[in-house]
Amino acid sequence: MQDRAVQSDAEPQPLPEKVSVTLTVKGTERRFSVLPWVSLLDALRDHLDLTGTKKGCDHGQCGACTVLVDGRRINSCLTLAVMRDGAHVTTIEGLAANGALDPLQQAFIDHDAFQCGYCTPGQICSGVGLIAEGRAKTPDEIREFMSGNICRCGAYPNIVAAIQQAMGTRP
Amino acid sequence: MSMANNTAKTYTGTATSRVDGRAKVTGAAKYAGDFNEGGLAYGAVVEATIARGRITRIDASEARSVPGVIDVITHENRPRVADSDKAWKDDVAPEEGSPFRPLYDDAIKFNQQPIALVVAEEWEIARYAASLVRVDYEKQAFVTDVYRKRDDAIVVEKPDKPRGDAAKAFAAADVRHEADYFIPTEHHNPMELFATTAMWEAGGPLTVYDKTQGVQNVQQYLCSVFEKKSEEIRVVSPYVGGAFGSGLRPQYQVVLVVMAALKLQRSVRLVLTRQQMYGLGYRPATIERLALGARRDGTLDTITHEAVGTTSQFEEFSRNDTGWSALLYTSPNARYEHRVAPLDVPTSCDMRAPGAATGVYALESAMDELAVALKMDPVELRLRCYSDRDQNEDLPYTSKRLRECYREGAAAFGWDKRKAEPRSMRDGKTLVGWGMASGVWEALQMPTAVRIVMTANGHAEVSCAASDIGTGTYTIMAQVAADSLGLPIENISVKLADSTLPKAPVEGGSWIAASACHAVIATASEVRSELLRLAKLMKGSPLADTVEEDVALSDGKLVSRTQTDRGVSISDIMRHGALERIEKEKTNQVADDKAHARNTHSAVFAEVKVDEQLGVIRVTRVVSAVAAGRILNLKTGRSQVMGAVVGGIGMALHEETVYDHGLGRIVNHDIAEYHVPVNADIHDIEVIFVDEPDSLINPLGIKGLGEIGIVGVAAAVANAVYHATGVRVRDLPITLDKVLERRKAA
Repeated sequence: MQDRAVQSDAEPQPLPEKVSVTLTVKGTERRFSVLPWVSLLDALRDHLDLTGTKKGCDHGQCGACTVLVDGRRINSCLTLAVMRDGAHVTTIEGLAANGALDPLQQAFIDHDAFQCGYCTPGQICSGVGLIAEGRAKTPDEIREFMSGNICRCGAYPNIVAAIQQAMGTRP
Repeated sequence: MSMANNTAKTYTGTATSRVDGRAKVTGAAKYAGDFNEGGLAYGAVVEATIARGRITRIDASEARSVPGVIDVITHENRPRVADSDKAWKDDVAPEEGSPFRPLYDDAIKFNQQPIALVVAEEWEIARYAASLVRVDYEKQAFVTDVYRKRDDAIVVEKPDKPRGDAAKAFAAADVRHEADYFIPTEHHNPMELFATTAMWEAGGPLTVYDKTQGVQNVQQYLCSVFEKKSEEIRVVSPYVGGAFGSGLRPQYQVVLVVMAALKLQRSVRLVLTRQQMYGLGYRPATIERLALGARRDGTLDTITHEAVGTTSQFEEFSRNDTGWSALLYTSPNARYEHRVAPLDVPTSCDMRAPGAATGVYALESAMDELAVALKMDPVELRLRCYSDRDQNEDLPYTSKRLRECYREGAAAFGWDKRKAEPRSMRDGKTLVGWGMASGVWEALQMPTAVRIVMTANGHAEVSCAASDIGTGTYTIMAQVAADSLGLPIENISVKLADSTLPKAPVEGGSWIAASACHAVIATASEVRSELLRLAKLMKGSPLADTVEEDVALSDGKLVSRTQTDRGVSISDIMRHGALERIEKEKTNQVADDKAHARNTHSAVFAEVKVDEQLGVIRVTRVVSAVAAGRILNLKTGRSQVMGAVVGGIGMALHEETVYDHGLGRIVNHDIAEYHVPVNADIHDIEVIFVDEPDSLINPLGIKGLGEIGIVGVAAAVANAVYHATGVRVRDLPITLDKVLERRKAA
């Protein structure tokens, strides 16, 4: 039996033109050209050499790529770099100021809120975003609003404790 | 460094924060896919879409025509690789079989098998071009369902020797329980995607940054497969984003990257997609049959444990599921059988507590059912069958504080308030269930070497090829080095996971802590001897007549243990000896003690709340009491056990790789459809380390913590679900539809 498998029925298309994008990262304007299909995540990692932001699924399922865009937490794999032209992007590399850790970064160390560390940049950016949103008051609310960030090492109780410490609500 | 008197701090056994913590919270920690350089080429994999057959035609012409595509590598144009099975066998490969060779020939052995690598100037271009590769296949019949092969599965592993006559004792037993349990295929799903970056560095070897639990295993494998000299390939993996066993064997992406780097003479990166990671190894689907016979007083007469696990058609991977039943409980009659069913899938592999996470789930579920049949408290039943000797080998343990695990765990949980009757405990509209289980794992050591370079400024670099996959190896090695060299931990730097460093085994089996820390101690002792030799040469040395057994390193000084006022600072010794550095390397001593069994144990207590109308199951509380010898770091150790409990909750309630057996293909191959616990699924987890001094197992009394935390958790949760609902679900995961349907049927 013959079975013709084609990974897609796509016909070859000419590549589109590269597009110029400007992002403000770590307080600095960075201008670069990318093909329009490049996600914000891949632009950060492959074009700006900011590899602290991680790829865990590329489908918005795991949260490892969470960054703050104009102060809001988003999955950087689900947005194209060209859609964010002119935006301020805070990645894990931009949270510490002059070598002083953000209180949530320190809280993650204090509470051992990670093991392998791969989901950690996304967890911390998501936690910083959550704290800024001001809508999580209880541990149950933290758990709920942090459930877009998967930690396969299972550090969840420590992540909740770290966020409580940074919010100043840890008993 | 601190030189003040009487401020020497002891690190071993404390809750020291991770020494790599800052790197991990700032994004500075570099994983295999994070190493960038200009001119890097990017790969994308084309996978097979049939489960078994042959490629009759593969046409990459359209893919090649895409601007930016550098090459498309297939079995037709790949560079030469080794031809013998032996050359493809890594350290962890099963003894029997023929390891998978990516892009070797036209044979398709499993769905999602890699069949082409597209290499391009940008990743997106490679991925787009991969979608244009056209493939024709000749399909062959296939089987992916373990139940279809159950009866003709093959015996692969010599089971533990039987005792008495298990079948006869079962027929004659006062109380019997017999049932099948099923654990589906599970995928490790570490957060980090499998990735390799191979870089050509001027004049040096090909440096391969790889996601692996064993850089030297990968290095030797690559040299063997590509017929290279040892100095031509170096494998490095400073940070690993979780692995849980999936990185024990070299995975196909490292072969493809090195193949492309050699063929194109370019630096190349390949990051698999989450979907493609379902074409790698996995925890084998396993059918377990337990038959227990007991007297009315709860003493066991007989245990039969049979397991059938999944492997591929080309390699026989198996792990001992049944031996735990043999080991744990006193029973005069026992029989075990372990078989594997070869299916048209990739070879299965180790996943956290391989064999025990599954085998002990079945055993401890069956013990719970036996307790119900006996109308006996589940903890009491386990105490009636308690064994102070390894039942397989009839050996005493180096230490076994499982009784204390039951006692301390039960007390912390409040087990004495449990009402025995199922469906008898409630919290408003929810049913409450309390279940428990025992856990057991091995306490092993492997030969491991460590190098210490101490410099005159009182700093020491401690290095070893072992990996830290998140377990805390960097930290515990720094703690033990700081204590054995008498230095503050800030003065210790630990270098790991470079194939050029001193020899280490793969990071698995819970053996790295004991192995690496004793290698640190052995090497530190050599450093101390060298310092003493030099100190004795000093004019008017206060240690002139001090013997080696009487000196210690403490607070930056070499001092006499018996006369602590006699000592010389390390910096003085080295200055006097005109030395900039002392470098020593030593391998740990692994005792060959055949007179004792070496195991860790645990008692896990779980509370579930089940919504009676909707069937929603929540694990609201877990207490895990672990006896694992000396705990090197209370903070990272607690995290390891807590994380393993989360993994066990996933096993119990969430995780299942779903096949379409008609297509021979996984249908939930991503991290949204393959469910793992998220933050909202996890509530209170209390970890208790039972005091378990062990002077027999090794000098520090270390047993290892990597696996024991997951063993028994799925059974404790399953037993709690039964206690809450009166429904016994024996096929994991326990989803609400199973509970609701079986409740209706009951």
